[in-house]
Amino acid sequence: MPGGHQRARELLWTVVLAVVMLTGCSSPPSPTSPSVTFGSGATKPGMPGMSGMPPMPDVPAGTTAATTGSAAPVAGNAVSIDNFVFVPATLTVAAGSTVTWTNRDEEPHTVAANDGSFHSPGMGSQATYSHTFPTAGKFDYVCSIHPFMHATVVVTQ
Amino acid sequence: MTDAPRTMSRRQLIRHSAWFGAAVGLAVAGGEVISHVAGTAEAKQGLARPTLRFAQVSDSHIGFSGKANPDVAGSFSQAIGQINNLGYAPDFVIHTGDLTHLATPDQFDQVKQMMTGLRTPHVFTVPGEHDSVDDAGQKYRGVFGAGTRGDGWYSFDITGVHVIALVNTLNLKKLGHLGVEQLEFIAKDVAALSDDTPIIVFSHIPLFAMYPDWGWGTDDATQALSYLRRFSSVTCLNGHVHQVFSKTEGNVTFYSGTTTAYPLPHPGDGPAPKPVTLPAGRLHDALGIREVSYIRGQNALALKERTLQ
Repeated sequence: MPGGHQRARELLWTVVLAVVMLTGCSSPPSPTSPSVTFGSGATKPGMPGMSGMPPMPDVPAGTTAATTGSAAPVAGNAVSIDNFVFVPATLTVAAGSTVTWTNRDEEPHTVAANDGSFHSPGMGSQATYSHTFPTAGKFDYVCSIHPFMHATVVVTQ
Repeated sequence: MTDAPRTMSRRQLIRHSAWFGAAVGLAVAGGEVISHVAGTAEAKQGLARPTLRFAQVSDSHIGFSGKANPDVAGSFSQAIGQINNLGYAPDFVIHTGDLTHLATPDQFDQVKQMMTGLRTPHVFTVPGEHDSVDDAGQKYRGVFGAGTRGDGWYSFDITGVHVIALVNTLNLKKLGHLGVEQLEFIAKDVAALSDDTPIIVFSHIPLFAMYPDWGWGTDDATQALSYLRRFSSVTCLNGHVHQVFSKTEGNVTFYSGTTTAYPLPHPGDGPAPKPVTLPAGRLHDALGIREVSYIRGQNALALKERTLQ
């Protein structure tokens, strides 16, 4: 059973948010459903529910988000993802180095360069992703799932 | 599929009583807050069939496996069962994104199969950022994008209400993002509508600044909303934040919906928006579905938040 504090909080959220309708129970089902007109070039988005048409054909094949890499990251060229933070926030490596990211969170993350030069698949918990930087430069990147997470790899000659 | 039991447990009765105890809701019409008290004409009107009624479900995160919810498929099944037992068939069901956890083909297949069990004429979706982790939404559109425009946006009209479904989970820099092409779509889409057409907008990420430090906002939403300022009733429904929240800006009211998977912290509560593991037995209180109804002639839509039963 929720505690008093929890109940009070729920109540607060509820009162602020909802237009309370007191018809808590059911109303009779409608014999007809209103029609839907798709506009502005859309032909027929969405999928029918059970009272509509049969399900759509099979899902097209796509890439599977796979765990990349297996070797332990080389010391000095490793970035840890911990508590929604890339550590270190700025990593400096020499050109030709391979950087390995390890997701230590339960939540999935990605590593996605702002300039599009590299993009990991979705990395589950403990998954790693490696990328080799052939040329010097400054590479800002984010997690595309949580783009408020951002960091930089600086590649020197 | 697990249908929710129809009998009321003691706990549900307590919750039900709490609803009655709190039987003063707040609706917003024309920028003013109006309270609706039990027994008023508005409450009685709820007994008639509304002009439009639909259900919202969000953030099912099929494929998630963690202690915050070891069985997200089970709780999403319960949500589907709950929608199927509302006592009426909703005119449509909208899933406001993060259908999957990692956008794998198996996860898309599973969530789509599950949603074919919804008893409603139409199921609509918008993608979440979890549905486009590595391919800018290609797999999502392969499964759910038929008939949509651009990167998956669309609109439709139902019983005089204009509904716009937006995609703001691609090309993210920090916040949600709509992009120039989609903004142009919105401008053209509403150009011919009269000012008194009720507008409903779906997106995954909030179109208002709920908590930008965690990405809970959309960087070009102001531009999108500028096209909707002239309408007397605009309602924006989103997911992403895994909790109910509401905000009104002028003629526009924003409602964040909860999840069927796992709760996230309240804005700024802790260092990051990571899944919250609740004490045993408390998870379902944080999960739920939403009923939305509209009665012609009223500006405000009526929302009913239902915890997962």
